[in-house]
Amino acid sequence: MGRPGPSAYHRLNPLTKLVVALTTTAAAVILGGVFWPLMIVFVFVLVPAVAARVLAQLLRFMLIFSLPIAISALLINVFFYPGGQTVLFGLGPVTATAEGLSFAIEILCRIAAISGAVTLFYLTTKPSELVLDLERRGVPPRLAFVTNASVQTVPAMAERAQQIIAAQRARGLDTEGSAWKRVKGILPIVGPVMLGSISEVEERSMTLEARAFTRPGRRDLLWSPRDTTLERLARYLLLLGLVGVIGAKAAGLV
Amino acid sequence: MTLTLESITYRYAGTGRASLSDVSLELADGEVVGVVGGNEAGKTTLCLVASGLAPRSIGGTLTGRVLIDGQPTTDRPMHELAANVGICFQNPATQLSQVADTVFEEVAFGPLNLGLARGEVIRRVTESLAAIGITELGERDPRRLSGGQMQLVAVAGLLAMGPRHLVLDEPVAQLDPEGRALVAEALRKLAAAGTGLLITEHDTDLLAGLCSRVVVVDRGKVVASGPAADMLADPRLDDWGVEPPARVRLQRALAAAGVRSELPQ
Repeated sequence: MGRPGPSAYHRLNPLTKLVVALTTTAAAVILGGVFWPLMIVFVFVLVPAVAARVLAQLLRFMLIFSLPIAISALLINVFFYPGGQTVLFGLGPVTATAEGLSFAIEILCRIAAISGAVTLFYLTTKPSELVLDLERRGVPPRLAFVTNASVQTVPAMAERAQQIIAAQRARGLDTEGSAWKRVKGILPIVGPVMLGSISEVEERSMTLEARAFTRPGRRDLLWSPRDTTLERLARYLLLLGLVGVIGAKAAGLV
Repeated sequence: MTLTLESITYRYAGTGRASLSDVSLELADGEVVGVVGGNEAGKTTLCLVASGLAPRSIGGTLTGRVLIDGQPTTDRPMHELAANVGICFQNPATQLSQVADTVFEEVAFGPLNLGLARGEVIRRVTESLAAIGITELGERDPRRLSGGQMQLVAVAGLLAMGPRHLVLDEPVAQLDPEGRALVAEALRKLAAAGTGLLITEHDTDLLAGLCSRVVVVDRGKVVASGPAADMLADPRLDDWGVEPPARVRLQRALAAAGVRSELPQ
């Protein structure tokens, strides 16, 4: 039933990869500090990324997604940490403190763990495969379809926006230069993108009806991602591990 | 199996004017009927009514009856009608489910929704792809196909649901010449295989090569109907906002120039 993927990690059941992403994220947040989140990133993000041959992409996406929030977290904590006492340097009316820097590094480690886990999942899992797997496990087909269609619509809308930008530029719209020019250029693009999408929704919904999508009841699946006993066991172990982390944190052991 | 529209009058929700007025039409098994008319003549509305989407899906008020084999379809849900009458719209991109990674899965979307068993779905999809002549596209990503190929996938998806009739609303309107040729060829194959086709189209050249009968719609009414060859050469077509096929236009131009000619069929 499974499909060939570019690597063994890609070929894992989507739910297994989802559980890895979720437990990794939760464990990094719960454990805090620097060591544990970095250890988690190394074991559950970087090693699988190397195995899946997506390390370069992963680092690039991680950087793109986490850089804005990382910079703001760094600045806010370094300069405005409430318990900051050890002054590192002053910058006008604000001062950077060692405590703030230390806390900011902890936050950055958590951000790295979260963005790494989510990005690895995104890079190695097709949304359609996750949805098929969830449908096989009893998620209603309509919910599964809406989830999948929503994810798949994003690149389609981005493509349409690019076409409209090109068309509007060809008609003299200036979307480059000062911030004001860029803001002014947004309206003639957003309008057609949104209106075009809305008008397509009606035809798309009629097409779905014409393809019997509204029939109640379960439906057979053409195929579904493979799942093995080993993977099931791994998922339970990961969840058990997360429970252990919560317990250890509550007991003050870590 | 016969699809019959009996004295159909239809108004869209919120409008006073009828988009279709007292329209009657019959599409027999294996028959290919073309519907022509100017813009806003009611062609798309006719397709929506014939397929059952109006008023079920889009609302509005319908009087008259749509019958399949003499049985009224009024109380039948859309998914039941879908197994009898398929509809294809003009925009290839909106015909796709957007959730399938391969053409094979895309074509299987409808049959799976009908609740058919996996083996039967695979059989139907394989047959439909072969019938349309796109078996080699089976493993391709449907979102990465040309417009013409997408439209073929859409038609194959409908065909796999096993309808005896297909309603096609300007199926080549948004396609380039290559795409038009692909779809026209596929429709010829379907017609030859006995699927009843109701095709609304501005491209009368396409209809001339496909249809046995042509119906002219103007302002929501059927104003003329007859054998395709006669209807597409009818001098009143221009008045109804319909451009005759190239062959007819050429013959008229030659006649106007005083050249007596009989073009080969």
